[in-house]
Amino acid sequence: MRIGVITFPGSLDDRDAQRAIRLAGGTAVPLWHGDHDLQGVDAIVLPGGFSYGDYLRCGAIAAVSPIMTEVIAGANAGLPVLGICNGFQMLTETHLLPGGLIRNEAGSFVCRDQTLRVENASTTWTNGFTAGDEIVIPLKNGEGGYIADSETIARLEGEGRVVFRYLGVNPNGSINDIAGVSNERGNVVGLMPHPEHAVEPGFGPDTSAAMRSGVDGLTIFRSALKSVLAA
Amino acid sequence: MPTIVVDVMPKAELLDPQGKAVAGALRRIGKTEFSSVRIGKRFELTVDGPVDEKVLAEVRDIAESLLSNSVIEDVVAIHEQGA
Repeated sequence: MRIGVITFPGSLDDRDAQRAIRLAGGTAVPLWHGDHDLQGVDAIVLPGGFSYGDYLRCGAIAAVSPIMTEVIAGANAGLPVLGICNGFQMLTETHLLPGGLIRNEAGSFVCRDQTLRVENASTTWTNGFTAGDEIVIPLKNGEGGYIADSETIARLEGEGRVVFRYLGVNPNGSINDIAGVSNERGNVVGLMPHPEHAVEPGFGPDTSAAMRSGVDGLTIFRSALKSVLAA
Repeated sequence: MPTIVVDVMPKAELLDPQGKAVAGALRRIGKTEFSSVRIGKRFELTVDGPVDEKVLAEVRDIAESLLSNSVIEDVVAIHEQGA
């Protein structure tokens, strides 16, 4: 199973995402923003970072990169696509996902281990969970406030397309504590927190069992591998 | 060469944390007559050649499609500088 990770100018977590894919049992394929080639991968990760220095709007310039033509066509044809943080911002800028992300309500960058509730365990990227599962993965963003008009929010809630919700603390002022959403089909998911930073014992969030032992992010990548195998 | 100016503002109903921070700074330096501040963006597009309706239509298109995101922002003005 080959999962592509696209590197944009200013991507930070592309290598971490590749590593997460390998630890989940897949093959990571580095892809380049300037190409028009997905190299036949089975799924795509748009990684976190600060593409184009967050100029214009976060993710806006990356969203019109050459390779995004193929990503949008693929996503619309059912190719699994995961957008993490800056990648989530790109997905909203391309309108593959509804809504937008604005500067954190408190105005400051937030970096913490964040508890989330998995609200929808039927998407391509969450089928390894059970709805209601609580997971802890790192969150680190300055512009992570999820917003959409009330009609869109009602539709997302009604259709079960709120995939992850912040628990305990709403770190950025997101409407309804929304941390991640999916498209109608469930193959495209975007979230602000970083599952790729919770994939290896010794380097993840603290758990009650041991320091830095949290690997809740692995299930997200394994879910996609399972979906691709089943397809 | 002519320049077309595009002004973009965050939607009025959205919290503008940058504006809020500046409003807080104004209060702290004693400028208490201003109740709020909102921060937007100004784009200046230099045009090779005359500004005609075709160019303006093109600017309106890119203002909506790239320069702003209609989910979070509004294009509030497009005009030729000095015109």
